[in-house]
Amino acid sequence: MIKFEQVSKVYSGSHQALQKVDFHLKQGEMAFLTGHSGAGKSTLLKLISLLERPSDGKIFLNGNDISRVSRRHVPYLRRHIGIIFQDHRLLMDKTVFENVALPLVIEGYGRNEIERRVMAALDKVGLSDKAFCIPVHLSGGEQQRVGIARAVVNKPPLLLADEPTGNLDPKLSTEILKLFEAFNSVGVSVLIATHDLGLIAKMRYRTLTLKNGKMSSDGLLGEGHA
Amino acid sequence: MRNILNPSPRIAKVPLHKRFLMYWVNHFQQAIGSLGELWRTPMASLMTMAVLGISLALPASFHLLLKNAERVTASWDNAAEVSLFLQPGLSDKTTQNFIQRISLYDEVDAVTYISKEQAVAEFREMSGFGNALDYLDSNPLPAVVQVTPKPQHASPAGAKLLLAKLQQEKEVEQGKLDIEWLERLHSIINLAVDSVVAIAFLLLASVLLIVGNTIRLNILNRRSEIEVMKLVGATDSFIHRPFLYTGLWYGLIGGLIAWVLTSSLVLWMESAVIKVAGLYQSDFRLLGLSFSEFLFMVGLASLLGLISSFVTVKRHIHLIEP
Ligand SMILES: Nc1ncnc2c1ncn2[C@@H]1O[C@H](COP(=O)(O)OP(=O)(O)O)[C@@H](O)[C@H]1O
Ligand SMILES: [Mg+2]
Repeated sequence: MIKFEQVSKVYSGSHQALQKVDFHLKQGEMAFLTGHSGAGKSTLLKLISLLERPSDGKIFLNGNDISRVSRRHVPYLRRHIGIIFQDHRLLMDKTVFENVALPLVIEGYGRNEIERRVMAALDKVGLSDKAFCIPVHLSGGEQQRVGIARAVVNKPPLLLADEPTGNLDPKLSTEILKLFEAFNSVGVSVLIATHDLGLIAKMRYRTLTLKNGKMSSDGLLGEGHA
Repeated sequence: MRNILNPSPRIAKVPLHKRFLMYWVNHFQQAIGSLGELWRTPMASLMTMAVLGISLALPASFHLLLKNAERVTASWDNAAEVSLFLQPGLSDKTTQNFIQRISLYDEVDAVTYISKEQAVAEFREMSGFGNALDYLDSNPLPAVVQVTPKPQHASPAGAKLLLAKLQQEKEVEQGKLDIEWLERLHSIINLAVDSVVAIAFLLLASVLLIVGNTIRLNILNRRSEIEVMKLVGATDSFIHRPFLYTGLWYGLIGGLIAWVLTSSLVLWMESAVIKVAGLYQSDFRLLGLSFSEFLFMVGLASLLGLISSFVTVKRHIHLIEP
C-alpha cells in the first residue's frame, strides 16, 4: 500500500527532517509510527498525503510513484486517503453532519447517498445523535470521532492519523484505537503516528520508530531493539 | 483492490449521468448558497453593492444625458440654412432661371428669394437704422437666396458641401452658412462623449477593484475552511465556485441598484424637463434607459463581477496550502 524508498525531506532553512527512510506498509496492514517530538512523524505522513513533497527518494502508493504526481491530480489522490489530525481540523461553524458530508459533497454525491453514508459513518463512531450539533458543543473525544467519521465516510483504502489521541485521556484513547482496529478489520490500511508508547504497548501492532529523521526500528515494540 | 491512482476516480465512484445531473444541482445549490452567505452579513454586502451601484449609475446617467442632448441637437441640425448673395445687376429672368436650377438640386429642400427691395424693407423693419438708407443713392443690399437643405444633407458637413457646390454657380457672388455655433456644439458634444467614455472606464475599473478586494477579504476570512476542503480532496475549481458566484451576485445586484438609481434620476428630472419644454412650446420628453440598455448594464456589471472574482480567486486560492 505504502512504500518508501530512500526518502529524504529537507525543509528550507532547517536540518533534514527525514533521512533515507525505507519501509513498506502492506495492503490491509495496521502499524504505528513513533519517535520523539521532532523525529519526523508528521513529515512522513504529510509526504504520503502530498501535503509536502520529498526532497529525494521515491514514494509508492499502490505501486504508483506519487513523487511526480502533478498538482492538478493531488485532490483526486487525497480522496483515497482518510486523514485524521490531532487538532481535528473541523469547520467550527458547520454542523457535525456538514463536516462529515464534506468529502462526499466534493465528490459530487447526491443528497440521499450523502445522507445515508454520513449517518452510517456517524453510527460507526457512535455519534448518530449528535449529527446536528456544532463541533464546539462537543467534547474533545467526540470532536476527534467526528474527524474520524469524516476521514472514513468515502471509504478510503488508507487511513493516516497524526497523534489522534494526543489530547485524550487513556480511556478515550483506547476507544479511538478500537475504532481504528475496526476499520482495519474490514481491510483498510492504517498508519497511526503517536508518541504515546503506553498505548502502543497495549495493542501489539507493528511499530515503526523514527529517531532524528532516520528509521531506527521496525517491528513489534521491543523486538526492534533486539 | 481499488487503485489509488485511478486517473479519474470520480467517474469510477459515481455514474456519468448522475454526475452530470449533480454537477448542475451543485452549481445551483452553490449559487443560492453564495447568496445566502451574502445575506448573513446584510449590511456589509449591501454597502458593497451600493458602492458598485453608484459606480455604475454614474456612467449610465452621463450616457442618458448625452443621449438626450444628441436628440435635442439633432433637431437643431435641420436649422442649417445656406444664404446666397447674388451678383449685382442680374436680370429678373437670369435670377428666376437660377432659382429654378438650384431648386432641382438633389440636396435642396426649399428655396426662398428675397429681392433687393424686400431686403431693404426687412432691414428697415428689423434694424431700426431704416432712415440711414435714405441718405444712400442706391440700394446697397444684394438680393438673397435662402436655400434649405434636405434633412439628410443638413449636417454641418453636408451643408458645407452644398455651400461649396452653390458657390460654383456664376450668379452667386458669395455664400454663407451660419453653422459655426452648430459646429461648436458638435465638438462640445464630442468632447463630452470622450470624457464620459474615459470616466466610464475609470468607474468600471473601480468596480473591478471593489469586487476583487471584497472577494480577497472573503477568501482570507475563510482560509481555514479552504485548507480543510483541500485536505479532504477538493479541487481548486470546486473551491473557486462559491467565490465566483459571490462576485456574480455582487455585479448583478450592483447593476440592478444602478438601474434603480438611474431610473429614479430620470423620474426626478422629468418633471423639471416637462416644465422647461412647456415654456419653449416643445413636447420634448426625457428618454430613460431602454430595455436593451438595461440588459447591457446588468449584464456588463455581472460580467465585471465574475471577471474580477475569477482573477482574485485564481491568484489567492492557489496560494493557500493546508
Ligand atoms: N513546515 C516546516 N518548515 C520547517 N521545518 C519544519 C516544518 N515542519 C517540520 N519541520 C521540522 O522538521 C522536523 C520534524 O518535524 P515533524 O515531522 O513535525 O516531527 P514530529 O511530528 O515527529 O514531531 C522538526 O525539526 C521540525 O522542526
Ligand atoms: Mg507531529
